[in-house]
Amino acid sequence: MSKHHVTATINGEPAEFLCETENTLLDALRDQLRLTGTKEGCGSGDCGACSVIVDGRLVCSCLMLAVEAEGKTIQTIEGIADGEKLHPVQQKFLEHAALQCGFCTPGFLVAAKALLDRNPDPTETEVRYWLAGNLCRCTGYDKIIRAVLDTAAEMRANA
Amino acid sequence: MTYVGNKADLKVVGTRPVRPDGVDKVTGRATFGADFNLPGQLVGKVLRSPHPHARIIKIDASRALALTGVKAVISAEDLPNIASEEAFVGEGPMNFRDLSRNCMARDKVLYEGHAVAALAATTEAIANAALALIDVTYEVLPFVIDVNEAMQPGAPLLDDNMYTANVEPKPTAPSNIAKRVHFKKGDVAAGFAKADVIVSGTYNTEAVHQAYIEPHAALATANADGQCTIWASSQGHFMIRAYVAKLLGIEIANLRVIPAEIGGGFGGKTVVYLEPLALALAQKSGRPVKMVMSREEVFRASGPTSGASMDVKIGATKDGIITAISSEMRFQAGAFPGSPVQPACMCAFAMYDLENVEVTGYDVISNRPKVAAYRAPGAPIGSFASESAIDELADKLGMDPIVLRQKNAVNQGSKTHYGVTFPEIGYEQVLAATKAHPHWSAPLGPNQGRGVATGFWFNIGGESSAAVHINEDGSVSVATGSPDIGGSRASMAMMAAEVLGIPVDNVRAIVADTASIGFTHVTGGSRVTYATGMATVQAAQNVVADLKKRAAMIWDISPDAVDWKDGEAVPAGANAGGFDPLPLAAIALKAGRTGGPIGSEVSVNAQGAGPGFGAHICDVEVDPETGYVTVLRYTAVQDVGRAIHPSYVEGQIQGGAVQGIGWALNEEYIYNAKGSMDNAGFLDYRVPVASDLPMIDAVLVEVPNPRHPFGLRGVGEVPIVPPLAAVANAVSHAIGIRMHDLPLSPPTICAAIDAKG
Repeated sequence: MSKHHVTATINGEPAEFLCETENTLLDALRDQLRLTGTKEGCGSGDCGACSVIVDGRLVCSCLMLAVEAEGKTIQTIEGIADGEKLHPVQQKFLEHAALQCGFCTPGFLVAAKALLDRNPDPTETEVRYWLAGNLCRCTGYDKIIRAVLDTAAEMRANA
Repeated sequence: MTYVGNKADLKVVGTRPVRPDGVDKVTGRATFGADFNLPGQLVGKVLRSPHPHARIIKIDASRALALTGVKAVISAEDLPNIASEEAFVGEGPMNFRDLSRNCMARDKVLYEGHAVAALAATTEAIANAALALIDVTYEVLPFVIDVNEAMQPGAPLLDDNMYTANVEPKPTAPSNIAKRVHFKKGDVAAGFAKADVIVSGTYNTEAVHQAYIEPHAALATANADGQCTIWASSQGHFMIRAYVAKLLGIEIANLRVIPAEIGGGFGGKTVVYLEPLALALAQKSGRPVKMVMSREEVFRASGPTSGASMDVKIGATKDGIITAISSEMRFQAGAFPGSPVQPACMCAFAMYDLENVEVTGYDVISNRPKVAAYRAPGAPIGSFASESAIDELADKLGMDPIVLRQKNAVNQGSKTHYGVTFPEIGYEQVLAATKAHPHWSAPLGPNQGRGVATGFWFNIGGESSAAVHINEDGSVSVATGSPDIGGSRASMAMMAAEVLGIPVDNVRAIVADTASIGFTHVTGGSRVTYATGMATVQAAQNVVADLKKRAAMIWDISPDAVDWKDGEAVPAGANAGGFDPLPLAAIALKAGRTGGPIGSEVSVNAQGAGPGFGAHICDVEVDPETGYVTVLRYTAVQDVGRAIHPSYVEGQIQGGAVQGIGWALNEEYIYNAKGSMDNAGFLDYRVPVASDLPMIDAVLVEVPNPRHPFGLRGVGEVPIVPPLAAVANAVSHAIGIRMHDLPLSPPTICAAIDAKG
């Protein structure tokens, strides 16, 4: 069977790729488009390492078929920064030492950005529940939560 | 450099700069194990046993090999049959025969998920289809999962030639008990006779997985001239080189291992699984082969740590002086010997200055995946039993549990039950800081309880290599052989900058591959900041000595007349001459004219790592209707010697505490009646998520280790030791019932509440 041709907007740029019916969006991002910043930790939607934003919605790219990306606008970790200028949440993760091994970090950053896009003033509890779909085994989440809250405060101050 | 006793003299150590590898890791540019690719690479997959115990009668791969796109199939027949040989390359003893047979089953499969064959094909879809075409004929054998059942006479035997080691006289019959360990000090019977109060109980824990988020991944090539390369994520690329060279019979110089970023390890990546298979497939197919485990494979076929069953008995006077402790610890090793029962027997009671103690441990194999190291191997398990029993003793005595510990605490000069006399340690300071913390005296509400527990880990040094190079413009490159699992590039750059007297941003640190730096042991044992740090410090010191020589040459004075201060050469005194300071960059610029490039590589076998102690306070609320436990507040106090980068030290403590909370409340390997794991995924094997937790207050106590230039102690492992008992003690107080079995999941707690009535 021939492959599917998919056209989408990825990180602000037009993109196209070929995929099999059974390929996930994660497969396409990593294997076809070489956007390997999006990680696979489980392949079952439980760890959040493959988080991307599709038409404004936070999704696990391992749970979405690649063909479903047709016509969609997708943001991955590679598109969070504005060129060489880091997004505030990336900068705060560095300042707060909110990463150790760094494997879950892309997923957390994408998820945190999706939260801040819709809620500029989240409570600690709201941050904790929003990020409950992202597993981190290194940090115990403390510094991640602080980094996100601090990002929100700074972005509000600069708004 | 002599030991820097005065913290005020330090300019870089103790600050919190952004890590050198930080931007790569927040932009998705960092390359982890599965992110490497080579032209023409094949996809490698493993066929795994569906049976917990079976004899392999026949493996027929002809149908798989007939499938277009399948390039190679291997089984144990294609690999060297490795003889029994003990080695110490990872975080504990390793037998190469067992390692080989764990990577690929030979004659028998010993657990569900055990590798039986592996293949390489042009695409993932073809590889998956081909797995189903390998025909394996098994003779299914009886199996045993539980540790106590595995020890019984008549239990199904995994290894017909296993006679328990360290038992006199040698047993007359084989058993699943691989080894007995025994520690004895004083006279336990006499000690118990002196006791006014005795507590005793049996404590059980389940197997838990390290649950790093990055699954194992490896990419291997084999050239026609015998030179091979592996790209892989691990806690030690020299470990991979040593193990793969041994298992495949390759000369070490012909194998180069290039470290990927590692997405968590916690001890679980101190061994090989895929690496030898990927290379064997690459040799057979003549193509690069990439292999990545699924999460299910990680759970079923890579190392969890032991579950255990432990008896503890403690006697004390009514004033709270411990008179005797006796304990027996029975640890699951998985399918091959090697549980961490020995360190468990040592660590569980190392916090107490004991006159009479006797601890016996058993290393027991059963039809489970072979255990691997998990953060302070054995110590959390043993300490769950000992620190629960100490808590029960405090309850029985009506004594503050911290005061009880203070009355029996080890200090400098205390001799442990395993024979070591402690050097400068900070246990008493940790206890004092814990007792003084506002958390300890904060009020509690209904259905709430507070627990405290303490923990010990040896910390180790060992073999490490580091190179410091001054670049032409005066910037500095540091290369070490230690994979950076949680900020070690930052701490290496900081220590080098401190010695060189320059800003840390002028120093960049990398992890060098096996051909580019000297041998370095795994990132494990809380050894990297200590041992690799020592190599880095010594290399930087050599560079400073060279820089002084170069300045002396430029000034035409004796090197003894040059001092190094704040990154500049200065005359040592008025007699040396009236020269303007020579900054590092100016010396670097003239290096070609003063003897060539400036740099030093140092390899050490670091001794004198300082033992570490911690104490954790946990508050919980238990819903009496559902048995659900909410962790309300958590404080972790630890002697860290001296924090190089305090944020990453706090991060180690917070992360270790939360892994321990998961171990206490949720995590377990659940087996069904067929000997198959029922919860091999993150949905059903539940690690803590952000909404389960409060902030974790990490309190750093600094009792410097005088045998390190900056006074540091390892910090990564101690924090996972106390939480199991701290949580269990809190739950026990909240519901008024002593809890003996982990995890403290809702059904367990409801059953305990119902039984009490």
